[in-house]
Amino acid sequence: MGKTYTCHKIAGGRVSGEIMFSKDPICFYLIDPKTGIVIEKEHCLYGQSITGKILVFPYGKASSVVQADGMYQLKLSGMGPAGMIVANADTTLAASAIIFESPMVNKAEPAFYEDAPQGMKALLDAEKGELILL
Amino acid sequence: MKFTAEEQAMLAGDYGTGTQLAMKVLAAIGEAYDAPYMVPVTRTHVALSNQEADLWFAEKLVAGGATCKIRPTVNPSFSWDNFHEITTLEPEDEAIVKRTHAAYTKLGAIMTYNCTPYLERNVPRFGEILSFSESSATPFVNSVYGARSNRESAQSALCSAITGVTPYYGFLLKENRAGNVLVHVDAAMQDDFDYQMLGYLVPRKIGFAVPVFEGITNPSKEALMNLGAQLNTGGNIALYHIVGFTPEASTREEAFQGKTPAQQVHITQAELTAMREELSAPGGKIDFALYGCPHFTIDQVAAVAGLVKNKKLAVPLFIMTSSLTRTLAQKMGYMDIITRAGGTIVEDTCMDQPCWKFLYGKKGITDSPKCAYYTKRRDMQFVIAPLADSVQAALKGVY
Repeated sequence: MGKTYTCHKIAGGRVSGEIMFSKDPICFYLIDPKTGIVIEKEHCLYGQSITGKILVFPYGKASSVVQADGMYQLKLSGMGPAGMIVANADTTLAASAIIFESPMVNKAEPAFYEDAPQGMKALLDAEKGELILL
Repeated sequence: MKFTAEEQAMLAGDYGTGTQLAMKVLAAIGEAYDAPYMVPVTRTHVALSNQEADLWFAEKLVAGGATCKIRPTVNPSFSWDNFHEITTLEPEDEAIVKRTHAAYTKLGAIMTYNCTPYLERNVPRFGEILSFSESSATPFVNSVYGARSNRESAQSALCSAITGVTPYYGFLLKENRAGNVLVHVDAAMQDDFDYQMLGYLVPRKIGFAVPVFEGITNPSKEALMNLGAQLNTGGNIALYHIVGFTPEASTREEAFQGKTPAQQVHITQAELTAMREELSAPGGKIDFALYGCPHFTIDQVAAVAGLVKNKKLAVPLFIMTSSLTRTLAQKMGYMDIITRAGGTIVEDTCMDQPCWKFLYGKKGITDSPKCAYYTKRRDMQFVIAPLADSVQAALKGVY
């Protein structure tokens, strides 16, 4: 087991996956539910798949409806992220994660952002509010 | 979190599993935001969408016997009556829209099918606590009226409509409503279209923050609709202030609640122009024009009527609006003028609905970046231009 960091639960669950950083905000509706690939041209993750990743992003964007639908479709297809670490969670994003039972945390320790390399495996225990680099 | 006896009874399932689910979702949200307790809401608006997730959740609540305590107004889906005259609807699309209608009707929603409830039917007063979803609505009620709502999702707003409460956190607290970034608008802001570009650009420059605008004077209601819709689509901004105009910002000091702005940015005309160039498809031949994202006001309908009067449109032109505005347009003769020119006014309809399949693969023109944004999933291209220019283009078939 590697280093452990604290975080704060939004939606519960215990999951692991590779860390994927996005400097841009995420709109789940602009991720193809069939492939998990970001289809938003201007996005830093354009053309990449978020499937099974621990997705680390600043905040959600887009309307009050489409986040939920995007997350729901990814859930149905099984192509969604394993877990999510968000800096600023608005209610639309948080409620969607809660209703569709997609593990999500905020308030990750600042050290996590400094230490964690892109692509490293991590365990996210939202229930306990813990993030462990593997 | 502390709960009242009634809230505890809801959580325990005494009011049925639907109400229990609604309260559980709100309790989880409250926990996520460290809310101390729930507070009553007096108005709600649900961004009904007729999408899979929306229907799944609404039917789950219906099956659990839930009904709304604070009846919400709802967002548009599409008018099957109007579209029977325009196109051939696919049976599964018509079936799903009718199922959504049935589910929300059973829940006790007020079926307004309109995304500008803040202009008609659900207008709050200053300081009132609300649960509003819909990206153009939340910034409008928060910023223009000074009512208080978090940036609710369709589902969390529906949960509040059912239970009558929302967790006490975020924009419901005065201290969280203070501006943090000062935005100097150096651009001239000559028409409502400039506010579309301003709204789309600002989140890119300031991220997740409450902007305070200086340099904007007397924006129209349409300008404010556009500004809010784009701020909350291009980014995630559900509250802003305009110094000397919005009710919590009579002065710069009041807007920032005495604090120093964390950041100051300037917006120039050149940046607004560059934003438009980035968002818009290149000009050339167009196949249709589409307006009403958010729903057009009667003044916007009148503007289009004025431009097409006694003329023939080269391509089909569609305007989405509320049933109230459509009826008014009929009464006032605007509808007749637009219909004779070859245009169509549809009620209760959103552009992000399957009724528009006949336009997929085509190139349209619109005045709204939000209208163009969601079509990335639908294979539609849009030129984005000011209203009058785009109507002229629809008359010629080319921009």
